[in-house]
Amino acid sequence: MVSLKLRDLRKSFGGFEVVKGVSFEVSEGEFVVFVGPSGCGKSTLLRMIAGLEEITAGELLLDGARVNDVAPDRRGLAMVFQSYALYPHMTVEQNMGFALRLAGVGKSERRRKVEQAARILQIENLLNRKPANLSGGQRQRVAIGRAIVRNPKVFLFDEPLSNLDAALRVQMRMELAALHRELKGTMIYVTHDQVEAMTMADRIVVLREGLVEQIGSPLSLYNEPVNLFVAGFIGSPKMNFLPAGLLSRDGGRVELSLSPDVRLTIDDVAETGSAQALTLGVRPDMIHVADHGPLRGQVLLVERLGNETLIHVDAGIGSEPVTVSHQGQYAVSAGEAVGLSIDTRRIHLFSPSGRRVARGLQPTQV
Amino acid sequence: MAKDTQSKARGPAVRTGPLMAPAVSLLVLWMIVPLAMTIYFSTLRYSLLQPDAVSFVGISNYIFFFQDPALWTSIVNTLSLVGGVLVASIAIGTLLAVVFYETFPGASIARLLVVAPFFVMPTVAALIWKNLLMHPVNGLFAFFARSLGLPPVDWFSSLPLTSIGIIVTWQWAPFATLILLTAIQSLDREQLEAARMDGARGLTLFYHITLPHLARAIGVVAMIEAIFLLSIFAEILVTTNGGPGSATTTLPYLIYKTALLDFNVGMASTGGIMAVVLANIVGFFLIRTISRNLDS
Repeated sequence: MVSLKLRDLRKSFGGFEVVKGVSFEVSEGEFVVFVGPSGCGKSTLLRMIAGLEEITAGELLLDGARVNDVAPDRRGLAMVFQSYALYPHMTVEQNMGFALRLAGVGKSERRRKVEQAARILQIENLLNRKPANLSGGQRQRVAIGRAIVRNPKVFLFDEPLSNLDAALRVQMRMELAALHRELKGTMIYVTHDQVEAMTMADRIVVLREGLVEQIGSPLSLYNEPVNLFVAGFIGSPKMNFLPAGLLSRDGGRVELSLSPDVRLTIDDVAETGSAQALTLGVRPDMIHVADHGPLRGQVLLVERLGNETLIHVDAGIGSEPVTVSHQGQYAVSAGEAVGLSIDTRRIHLFSPSGRRVARGLQPTQV
Repeated sequence: MAKDTQSKARGPAVRTGPLMAPAVSLLVLWMIVPLAMTIYFSTLRYSLLQPDAVSFVGISNYIFFFQDPALWTSIVNTLSLVGGVLVASIAIGTLLAVVFYETFPGASIARLLVVAPFFVMPTVAALIWKNLLMHPVNGLFAFFARSLGLPPVDWFSSLPLTSIGIIVTWQWAPFATLILLTAIQSLDREQLEAARMDGARGLTLFYHITLPHLARAIGVVAMIEAIFLLSIFAEILVTTNGGPGSATTTLPYLIYKTALLDFNVGMASTGGIMAVVLANIVGFFLIRTISRNLDS
């Protein structure tokens, strides 16, 4: 059963189109995360689903019914805002029960539902406080509670964790995932933080400039990004992009050169046209420091995270330094010359247009 | 001894009293001297018609004043004027603030125009209303009434205090609009959106979200307006002269009449003290109501 269906949704402000035709479906009980850089239209898309922005064109179907022109409160959705948007003059209980009160639900029924939601979120002791007397995490819970009380068809979250400090964010991330398991509700979650997307989502929708770049499970996006943008956006630290010149092509087998003395051959490459300049994508953990590695370069910067060491090396390939992620601690300092070798099990090849043309390559020589 | 050092440690190291004395004594003189003189005059039998026959009479001025029905009429008039104008100007100001919060073509010019009456001098405003708008023969309102076939209203004869209230409201509603508009602009947009998601719209949205948000600002407007409205004078002088009868004689106007038309300085000073007391009573209640709002 399909819970929510977007059919070629578009949104323009003035003459400027910010959402340029988005189509996908969210099934019941699914946790879908919209992710993308600022200005990609993810929040606008969420607000269109919520009914806070008018839909310029396209159709929004909720349980099969078109809801384009239905008022926000009649769509049966609930939204958690980035700033929590609690009503400062109401107590927590009044905040959570506000929607029910406006809907004409009786006092005792209201109280029962509010208490039930408060129990789930463990904020029963806060019910008589006002938002000003709550901490950030508590306000966050109240905002979520306000959504739960309404028992919505779909929960909408607009970057709800971005105002919390790092430790609390990790905790709330786990709690939200647990809440999703408990409520089995359909949830749509907007974030610019790919870690939140990776950890919570059943499916991720990657957006860029108002268009869907890719939809898929977190690991499928990580393992099989369809293009340079998704490859660069998903995964932290970011994937390395190395310019590779096409030397020759024989059917699906191509020979590439990374630098004058580093060549590799790749099988099963899709059509790339006549272009000579391709891009090789290598995740930082697939590059290793090796004294006799084929690539050589000078260390620019070392970031020691304890469990992981990030080494930025100027390898003379492309304009960006190559990032190497070394598990554990590694004794190297800036200015040293190091050799690098590339683990070839999970590297990606992109055509000049940014499309991925091959993965899981078996180069004959690196 | 130990107590001494402790209190010293808590206070500033230098004695600040002498440093603040000039400013404080100036303020005290500024406030106390006129007040003391008024109290002094209020205990004298002092009429400008018999300037030689000044004598100390104790509290008999007060006794006389309290027995004068004009005092109670004027206090009732003052309170109705202040109360009516407060309610009307805040209601109109809130409405205009909500209207002008929306953006529409020419909104900035409209906002400027709506504030304009506040900058018109009280006498000028009152004369415009008296002669151009409310005049039973030449006035615009009379013209409208006649063109609808209705008898024109003689505003200052039949509804004197209401008429003055309307003029003063016209002057003070812009002030309320200005303050409330700034307040409404600070309302969090996401809060409004959350309320919309919760099903609030139109009047319920206004009542549950906008109005509570404006409560503080409304309190401040009420406080400031009350201070100025208690001393409304020019509008009465140029329109009704306190009449007909004593229908528009407020406490300030009564004091003016006693001092400058009856030449009774002693009695006028007594009225002045009454006005101070009244202002303090009004101020006390207002501040108490508002500070309760501000706490929450």
